[in-house]
Amino acid sequence: MSGTALDPTTAATFPMAARGLMGDTQLRKNVKHATDVIQAKRARVVGEMPDWQELRESGRRLREHTMRYLDAYLEEFERNFTARGGVVHWAADAEEARRIVVGLVKASGSNEVIKIKSMTTEEIQLNKALEAAGIRPYETDLAELIIQLGHDQPSHIVVPALHKNRQQIREIFKREMNLPDLGGTPQDLADAARLFLREKFLKVKTGVSGANFLIAETGGVCVVESEGNGRMCLTLPETLITIAGIDKVVPRLKDLEVLLQVLPRSATGERMNPYNSIWNGVDPARNDGPRAFHVVLMDNARTSVLADAEGRQTLNCIRCGACQNACPVYRQTGGHAYGSVYAGPIGAILTPQLQEMKFAQTLPYASSLCGACYEVCPVKINIPEVLIHLRNKVVVQGGPFKAEALAMRAMAMIFRSERRFRAAQRLGRIAETPLVREDGQGEGWIGWLPGLLGGWTQVRDLREMPKQTFREWFEAREASGNAGGER
Amino acid sequence: MSRAGVLAKIRAANGGASTLATAEAAWGEIPRAYRRTAEMEREEILEMLEDRLRDYDAHVVRAARADVADTVALMLRTRGRTRMLMPEGVDQELLPSWVGFAVDDPGEPLPFLAIDKFEGVLTESTLAIAETGTIVLQTVAGQGRRALSLIPDYHLCLVRTSAVVRTVPEAMDLLATVPAFATTFISGPSATADIEMTRIKGVHGPRFLDVVLVID
Amino acid sequence: MNGVGAPLCFFCSRVTVRGPDEGLFLRVSLFITCYNDTLFPETGKAVVRVLERLGHTVEFPAGQTCCGQMHYNTGYQAEGMPLLERFVAQFRGAECVVVPSSSCVAMMRDHYPKMTEHAGNAVLAREVAELLPKVFEFSEFLTKRLGLEDVGAFYPHKVTYHASCHGLRNLGLGDGPQRLLRAVRGIELVEIAGLEQCCGFGGTFAVKNAEVSSAMLADKTRAVLNTGAEACTACDNSCLMHIEGALHRQRTGVRTVHLAEILAGEP
Repeated sequence: MSGTALDPTTAATFPMAARGLMGDTQLRKNVKHATDVIQAKRARVVGEMPDWQELRESGRRLREHTMRYLDAYLEEFERNFTARGGVVHWAADAEEARRIVVGLVKASGSNEVIKIKSMTTEEIQLNKALEAAGIRPYETDLAELIIQLGHDQPSHIVVPALHKNRQQIREIFKREMNLPDLGGTPQDLADAARLFLREKFLKVKTGVSGANFLIAETGGVCVVESEGNGRMCLTLPETLITIAGIDKVVPRLKDLEVLLQVLPRSATGERMNPYNSIWNGVDPARNDGPRAFHVVLMDNARTSVLADAEGRQTLNCIRCGACQNACPVYRQTGGHAYGSVYAGPIGAILTPQLQEMKFAQTLPYASSLCGACYEVCPVKINIPEVLIHLRNKVVVQGGPFKAEALAMRAMAMIFRSERRFRAAQRLGRIAETPLVREDGQGEGWIGWLPGLLGGWTQVRDLREMPKQTFREWFEAREASGNAGGER
Repeated sequence: MSRAGVLAKIRAANGGASTLATAEAAWGEIPRAYRRTAEMEREEILEMLEDRLRDYDAHVVRAARADVADTVALMLRTRGRTRMLMPEGVDQELLPSWVGFAVDDPGEPLPFLAIDKFEGVLTESTLAIAETGTIVLQTVAGQGRRALSLIPDYHLCLVRTSAVVRTVPEAMDLLATVPAFATTFISGPSATADIEMTRIKGVHGPRFLDVVLVID
Repeated sequence: MNGVGAPLCFFCSRVTVRGPDEGLFLRVSLFITCYNDTLFPETGKAVVRVLERLGHTVEFPAGQTCCGQMHYNTGYQAEGMPLLERFVAQFRGAECVVVPSSSCVAMMRDHYPKMTEHAGNAVLAREVAELLPKVFEFSEFLTKRLGLEDVGAFYPHKVTYHASCHGLRNLGLGDGPQRLLRAVRGIELVEIAGLEQCCGFGGTFAVKNAEVSSAMLADKTRAVLNTGAEACTACDNSCLMHIEGALHRQRTGVRTVHLAEILAGEP
């Protein structure tokens, strides 16, 4: 698997990357199995909620509201977090965020850190920067540990190693943990991870995390997790550094009553994930948690997404991954094809926008617009709508003289006139003639098309055009006075 | 310092600066048509909590206040746990007098490596949510600092039935009334489904969770 | 009017079709869509047959061409706008508009209002707002506008139904099409596994991401073949053209047929 980081600025186009990955039948089997299981679990626990649609609507409105008043809420968070002994840092981009974190780790006097799974740290490729500064990061989430030890890349927001099966994970652990006799059940593998990390949790002095939510009202931070590795990282170290996109703020503690209902059910298909931690600053009086707590508020192009009236709903995402599990495209290719740590439908809209449309322009087209993502989104992000919006940006960027643009304009010209449309229908019948062959039943079919259209005939035939269009039939019938009585 | 720059970009994107007052007014307009309260009998709510705790591999029993000590003792015997730890401030009447519990003294807190040597921890709880099978702990007397319910492999938790609510919004209403202590939601023992989506109990947090519902 | 069902089915006197609009005969303007007009005239004929059998009058505004979906969904929003204007010009004043394509109706409902808003054209926006509630996908017209399930059809074949994404999710057709199918005499309706899964067509997606589209299609055709049906039906010929392309390439002998053609079936 690719050891190089998922970097949208250097990644292959989606169709090219997908072509490569789709040859990996084991990967596709693993992805399909995992997404099938999560979808079934999600459907069960969502079905239990008679007010699911009301929760989704409140979730959407709450997130929209937060983005609308984002400056006020970030300042409120900063004020309250600082009042509780925390330190806030602001980072305009990934580079600045990395520099701040590396500086804070060094200042904490540690040359190793324990990490909670965080998509934001993946987004900014923090581990590479830490290693370059001589700091060893230990990923503690089981899936992230599998990825780190396997020199692999995450392929899913919530279950980043879902593209690996137990045999593959066993091989990684045997090799990297030096456990030649390791058993092969998921329990064996989880036990090995427990032993491997136990000492780190108890001894490493600095932790790095992301955040699910920053609570403006209290200056609190909320982290949602399953294994307890998150609790270890945010409770036991002396110093905790949390990196969060500016989009992670929520106005009031009470708002978690919406988000903590929709997130677990959407993400892992659980009524509630095993552990949620909500805490505020530092608490030396009770000896509870780290003595130093830093939050890095990172922009990294989120404000440019916010400035786009149609694209900004992308920022409402709470990173549940439900759209990935539901997406028929993701389910075929897995996550690496998207060339970004944000894969699937949300990645297809988030990645190009975070790249300010300079890279990843094939991602908005990596969708059949089937709408399954929108249907499961717990905050009702209309992903197909944003995909179409971004396609328009790509088209405008590409200029008017690309072959596709010329063809599309020609088609539009035809559709703008009845006369031209009729002529095109007639012409089409003539033009296709050399391509049409008869099948066993004597019907005409096309089995090969030129150029871009050849994608169609790779695995599909195309029926020849009928001798008479519908409008010709209808008009002939009207002319013969047959309307109404014709059978 | 990027603070000013980031805030300026946000304001430009939103067509100007916002104030907390206008934000708060608009916050009140967010529709919240979801369920807030229980339309359920007390007993049904308790059964729902028990059912959902069990669904996520917790062991649950109900006991009258007078029987809690015996129940706790039986649970510890069944689990084969003797070296137990607890935070300061646990209601002594709920504990079996013949079982020794080490107490984490806030004045002289145990090092993490010492906590790791215990076979289990007993704590009380702030409240529980039936619909999600969740127990909520806070850093207060009887529940202790967060490390206590995290490092040992076994957690025995006492939940008062009067503190059981049905829905998440009811729980958040209650939590909004208490000072902002560190709060942990626990729903079943530590678990992962990272390997082939097979749920495995116990990775880093306690692998075993027992709950005594104290009828009050 | 109460109790007097119109004799809608002249070939089979025991069939009496009733609905909330019983006795009310409508003037239906048919928007056939560009690809049905050109590639699937049989679908259009079937729509006419069913609607006339139910006593309605069908009109065909001759200036109609395309709703603009392909342009709009591929990112050519500017090219879609004149097609919107053309549609409105052709169908303004219609009593109701029937469209035998779920994705074209989804295009109009989901995007036309926004397009006119972006164009800043208040007059057009109002016209769109007035017209859209009168636009129906064919099966939706039967089940929701006319309140019918049984349209007196006969189709003695084993059939499976594919729920096209735009019909299922954007239009919320629900089980309307299946209810229509279940009322067909002689039909054996078998449910497909993964009913809600996309067939992989997605317009230009099928050529821009041909490999992924093909893999999605392979899953769909396998599901179709597993039903043992003779034919696969849907409310959208674009999905059916896609599925048919693979079924034919693989020489499976399984056909695709638009829902309207089944409902037009007579003994």
